[in-house]
Amino acid sequence: MAIFLDEHSRVVVQGMTGSEGVKHTRRMLASGTQVVGGVNARKAGTSVDFDDVTLPVFGTVAEAVEATGANTSVLFVPPAFTGDAVIEAIDASIGLAVVITEGVPVHDTARFWAHASGSSTRIIGPNCPGIISPGKSNAGIIPADITKPGSIGLVSKSGTLTYQLMHELKDFGFTTCVGIGGDPIVGTTHIDAIAAFEADSETELIVMIGEIGGDAEERAAEFVRDNVSKPVVGYVAGFTAPEGRTMGHAGAIVSGSSGTAEAKKQAMEAVGIRVGRTPSETAALARAILTG
Amino acid sequence: MDLFEHEARDLFERHGVPVPRGFVADTPESAREAAARLGGTVVVKAQVKTGGRGKAGGIKLASSPDEAFASAAAVLGMDIKGHTVRKVLVTEASEIAEEYYLSFLLDRANRTFIGMASATGGMEIEEMADSITRMPASSFDAAAVFPPEIAAEVNEVASALWKVFVSEDATLVEVNPLARTADGRIVALDGKVTLDDNAAFRHARPPDGASGDPLEVRAAEKGLNYVKLDGTVGVIGNGAGLVMSTLDVVALAGAAPANFLDIGGGASAQVMADGLDVILSDPSVRSVFVNVFGGITACDAVANGIVQALGILGDRADKPLVVRLDGNSAEAGHRILDEARHPLITVAHTMDDAAGRAAALAGKES
Repeated sequence: MAIFLDEHSRVVVQGMTGSEGVKHTRRMLASGTQVVGGVNARKAGTSVDFDDVTLPVFGTVAEAVEATGANTSVLFVPPAFTGDAVIEAIDASIGLAVVITEGVPVHDTARFWAHASGSSTRIIGPNCPGIISPGKSNAGIIPADITKPGSIGLVSKSGTLTYQLMHELKDFGFTTCVGIGGDPIVGTTHIDAIAAFEADSETELIVMIGEIGGDAEERAAEFVRDNVSKPVVGYVAGFTAPEGRTMGHAGAIVSGSSGTAEAKKQAMEAVGIRVGRTPSETAALARAILTG
Repeated sequence: MDLFEHEARDLFERHGVPVPRGFVADTPESAREAAARLGGTVVVKAQVKTGGRGKAGGIKLASSPDEAFASAAAVLGMDIKGHTVRKVLVTEASEIAEEYYLSFLLDRANRTFIGMASATGGMEIEEMADSITRMPASSFDAAAVFPPEIAAEVNEVASALWKVFVSEDATLVEVNPLARTADGRIVALDGKVTLDDNAAFRHARPPDGASGDPLEVRAAEKGLNYVKLDGTVGVIGNGAGLVMSTLDVVALAGAAPANFLDIGGGASAQVMADGLDVILSDPSVRSVFVNVFGGITACDAVANGIVQALGILGDRADKPLVVRLDGNSAEAGHRILDEARHPLITVAHTMDDAAGRAAALAGKES
């Protein structure tokens, strides 16, 4: 099993005709994803050649859904247009919208999040690497060849830390890895992914990676305490980050005494989540549980 | 980006939030002139992007232009929590009857915006936490918090403040204190505004003048995501999370990181050279830890980038580098570094080992 994305996912790429869109559509196809088309209003009716397949470009997400039965969208749309593009995907009843774009104004994210409420669309991101269910499907920019299918579920704010853990634990493999993104407002949260992993019969262990800023990790810890029976291993980045400075990700900022790595680690440990001091120690903790 | 109080005041004025009359001054002479134009008693306020100005002596009352001159002379150049005062805001003094608090901000947990208000204000936010009422921004109503005779007027101020928040793409607009003056007016006496950097493309904004750090200025000019820290181990990595983690691992190894630098996905030779150039210009750096996980980026390309960057920098590269490459094409990357036999490069195979070596190298030089 996998969460949110599997071999039945039919993917359209909003912004497929741009350089990033072309590059990553090719990679998604190579890792076995069913990409069924692209969306670009200015290039509707054209097509793009990939190695083994030629994909049609539609004028709207709704047309793409109508023609291909797409249920998932991956967005490589520039920041200024991302808000409208996500709303278009929501209005086309896309089941999963994966927003890769970095630099989306937070007022725009709040707007499309509000628009999604009550709809059937799950949003992942923005400012995220996407989601991969190894061996089944890959929606976004996560490298598929650094891991394999297996029994771990991973949810993370950080792309490269996700890759690091996927790589270190590739002998166990993963059901699904979800990069939720480093913005102050994101669609899918740690809690959403952890709840889905708890319900997923093939996931045996959950890895959650957090970083400074906000209180998503603290709230996830409370959720784990009350709702999760599977073992959870954690990692938090940013212990040495100074107060008041944004560390790369728009959401990675300690404000006054809130959002510190220490507070997150303590909240996680208080509910029995084993927290590694380094990514490698975190992998070792997961390894010990799975082999113990 | 946090704004200076005077910049926040200008935005308030533009969108109809009532503020006291005032002028910015960067010399005692111009402060005297500002006081003369305002007439009567004025307040001379240090412009720094940190709290606690009052306690630090950065806010002074002046009852004449000459006193404003003296106050500005005392405040300009003052250091407040590591921030040097380069400008003062001179405003008319208000006779305060009551102090309140009012703000709109991002609510990350609920993925929306909220309003916060309190009928007691003028203190640090932590001190009045218990008295603050939080409301959804869309249904903000001053009547829930403020005395009935001023609720309508505060609602007008709040709707102007909300206009600032939305039209300027802010993540925080705060008035503290919002004052009722002795003559019954509602005025924003001090304000704090944080703007969303991601929305800069749709606004004409002044540059962030707060960071006086020359290395940060240089890194920003080259488009690098760099934050100066206090330690001796320079850090370069790809991905914000991995770089934060690298800083932590350096600290666990007993050293302190000198900076945060995320060179992102591409990691071309030129970006690597630009990054190394900034880090090696930092006199407090004694060793450099390059930490790359090749996801989409191939480590052989990164290794070539490092070798070429050292070539570009020539004699300016004069500190030991510990390089850890993992993931996509890591072995090819190691081979390139081994073959280059560069005297400054040490190759390490894990993050923890690399941090230990970089920390040891930084310690040795001291």
